[in-house]
Amino acid sequence: MVCVPRDSTALSVGADAVAAAIAAEAVRRGLPVEIKRTSSRGLFWLEPLVEVPTAAGAVGYGPVEPEEVPGLFEAGFLQGGRHSRSLGPVAQIPFLARQERLIFGRAGVTDPQSLAEYQAHGGLAGLRRALSMAPAAVVDEVHASGLRGRGGAAFPTGIKWRTVAGAQAPCKYVAVNADEGDSGTYSDRMVMEGDPFLLLEGMAIAAYATGASHGYIYVRSEYPHAVAALEAALATLRAAGWYGARVQGSDFSFDAEVRVGAGAYICGEETAMIESIEGKRGMIRYKPPLPALKGLFGMPTVVNNVVSLASVPAILDRGAQFYADYGMGRSRGTLPIQLAGNVKRAGLVEKAFGVTLRELIEDFGGGTRSGRPVRAVQVGGPLGAYFDASLLDLPLDYEALAQHKGMAGHGGIVVFDDTVDMAEQARYAMAFCAIESCGKCTPCRVGSTRGRELIERIVRGERPRENHAQLLKLCDVMENASLCALGGMAPWPVLSALKYFPEDFGLPSERQPAHVV
Amino acid sequence: MWSELRALREDVDYGTPPRDGEAVTLTVDGVPVTVAAGSSVMLAAAAAGRPVVKLCATDMLEAFGSCRVCLVEIEGRRGFPASCTTPVEPGMAVRTDTPRLAELRAGVMELYLSDFPAEDVLGGWSELHEVIATTGVSSHRYGPGENHLAAPVDDSNPYFLFDPAKCIVCSRCVRACEEVQGTFALTIQGRGFESKVVASQGEPFLDSECVSCGACVQACPTQSLVEKSLFEGGYRSADPAQA
Ligand SMILES: Cc1cc2nc3c(=O)[nH]c(=O)nc-3n(C[C@H](O)[C@H](O)[C@H](O)COP(=O)(O)O)c2cc1C
Ligand code: SF4
Ligand code: SF4
Ligand code: FES
Repeated sequence: MVCVPRDSTALSVGADAVAAAIAAEAVRRGLPVEIKRTSSRGLFWLEPLVEVPTAAGAVGYGPVEPEEVPGLFEAGFLQGGRHSRSLGPVAQIPFLARQERLIFGRAGVTDPQSLAEYQAHGGLAGLRRALSMAPAAVVDEVHASGLRGRGGAAFPTGIKWRTVAGAQAPCKYVAVNADEGDSGTYSDRMVMEGDPFLLLEGMAIAAYATGASHGYIYVRSEYPHAVAALEAALATLRAAGWYGARVQGSDFSFDAEVRVGAGAYICGEETAMIESIEGKRGMIRYKPPLPALKGLFGMPTVVNNVVSLASVPAILDRGAQFYADYGMGRSRGTLPIQLAGNVKRAGLVEKAFGVTLRELIEDFGGGTRSGRPVRAVQVGGPLGAYFDASLLDLPLDYEALAQHKGMAGHGGIVVFDDTVDMAEQARYAMAFCAIESCGKCTPCRVGSTRGRELIERIVRGERPRENHAQLLKLCDVMENASLCALGGMAPWPVLSALKYFPEDFGLPSERQPAHVV
Repeated sequence: MWSELRALREDVDYGTPPRDGEAVTLTVDGVPVTVAAGSSVMLAAAAAGRPVVKLCATDMLEAFGSCRVCLVEIEGRRGFPASCTTPVEPGMAVRTDTPRLAELRAGVMELYLSDFPAEDVLGGWSELHEVIATTGVSSHRYGPGENHLAAPVDDSNPYFLFDPAKCIVCSRCVRACEEVQGTFALTIQGRGFESKVVASQGEPFLDSECVSCGACVQACPTQSLVEKSLFEGGYRSADPAQA
């Protein structure tokens, strides 16, 4: 058997052509070859990564070009033979071997659409255990695990569930946030394409724990493969009695549907997502009321990110303590970190909290692809702060990052070398906010454009001191007066760029000019 | 209780509609006030005689929370919540008038003025102009930038006109059309800086689903939507007396 990934990233670098070349070569040689389409392990620089199961575990070849396929047959790859593309046993590739995969253990191993394989690799054990417990005990278990939301705000999942569970209402919902808009992030997509049953299992546990009867999965429009994978997996679970009326003969009934997003970054904010699911324009709703009490169609709603929910089955299956034993401080468990930008080895690293930026960038990422020194790192998506090279020993920990006015967000890390122009990055942050703003509140709607203009003036050397002072004032207003975190956090990348890289703006190199209030 | 308040001070706009819940007592700038549960901090502040400036709120419409000039401080809470969207709680201690609030409000006003016809800032007459007077902010330090000042006036409707240059995108007209009139003729089109008020699918008012009821004109805090009868000498100035 030969495994060829079918994940979007692998497809984008020719995985289908490789699979076709293997099938054609097998026919030419008269060899019976079974091709299994798995998903990606998340070692993107090796895609298409072809794997062959052997007695000593799966051995890998990659990145494979279709023209190399005859050579692979020649080298006896079907028995694990050596070839210039050989990677040896895949599980021993250091990038993978050093990870702690509680969520992504099946990624790239199983056929994402095989419920039998899912169960053979531990799937549904969490839901089974949950259904044997009282709903309140399930909430307690998730609370005790210390799990916090992986969509960005890091709110304790157990507290959110408890709020929904405690609300009295004729009907409750679970809404999965799969809008994954942060630049350079893909962990939600990898779960949905590579292990869709995992998300659906986590979602069913959330519904059982909170008393929800219906769910929505709001998937960004750029993810057609994820939509197809989820719909197929839902049908399979329904047919097997895990979704729908009276799940596994119990009194618990739950079903879900997939909704395709509106193609706007702001629709990833939970209240805008709710508006969008309701068929309205993706605009921010003010809080309170919290979605947990008055969410979709005015009913109590659990809104959770894909990775948050995908973390839940392991917590139920192996216990809160097992999960909480990973991590540091108030950041418990593992986070799938998505390495992107200027790194040699881009891909998914699932690690317990506490791993440092340096370990991630150097040990996992192998340093910059350009070979030049790392100058800046943006953590936590387009609204995350930039750090300079002196902060690379910061651990990935919600509180440690917050101390430096940063955030872990959805786990995206984008690396820049010393050719980066940080004034341009700051300008881009404001421009991004101007384009993606929902337009409801003035600090963000008008402020983002003014911010871009001020930065452009500073860079052109037009009254830099005055414009710098005005930019700091504007950032203060956006941070403290915006209605939601888009306008409220857009200043973070700007302020951090100003703080660590003033020379890129043509500003004096002391960190904060003395005349500025 | 609402009607009593109304009877007492007929001209007051409490900012958000009345509620009829149990009595809740709180203080606003040290002044104790009792309002119905479910009321906004903004309403309580107005009832306490400590009104907060506002642009997107009016007691004819449900709160919206978009203009961000009505920020307050609440003891024991982080940040600067908008008073129009924050429900009262028993024992709350609200401050409406700290130096920090003045600073943030001034910052928001500067942003409004950075996209508002400079010649109409002084001597105008509208709720926006009242807020300009109250906050004392009548200019901005952003220099010339992207703006909507050249957007064409829509004077297709026989009774009123729409001057997008003066629009602060507060959505009061859109909400008045929906909530007061029950028509859905107006929407906000576009996102971010491009957001703008349009009738139907971006048609002239006269060709849209607009029924000329005037609810939007009444709701508009800036005279962006304004009765034509005020401008017999031709529209352009903020002050009809000068027109
Ligand atoms: C501008 C903006 C964009 C956001 N985009 C996403 C997103 O794409 N996916 C996501 O899960 N959460 C996103 N969030 C966070 C959500 O509002 C919300 O906190 C999250 O879905 C809650 O789930 P969690 O507790 O499991 O993280 C965004 C927030 C903001 C302010
Ligand atoms: S901060 Fe921006 S995105 Fe958020 S409500 Fe205001 S305008 Fe909309
Ligand atoms: S036209 Fe008037 S009411 Fe409507 S959004 Fe503009 S300023 Fe507000
Ligand atoms: S009046 Fe409160 S935000 Fe506009």
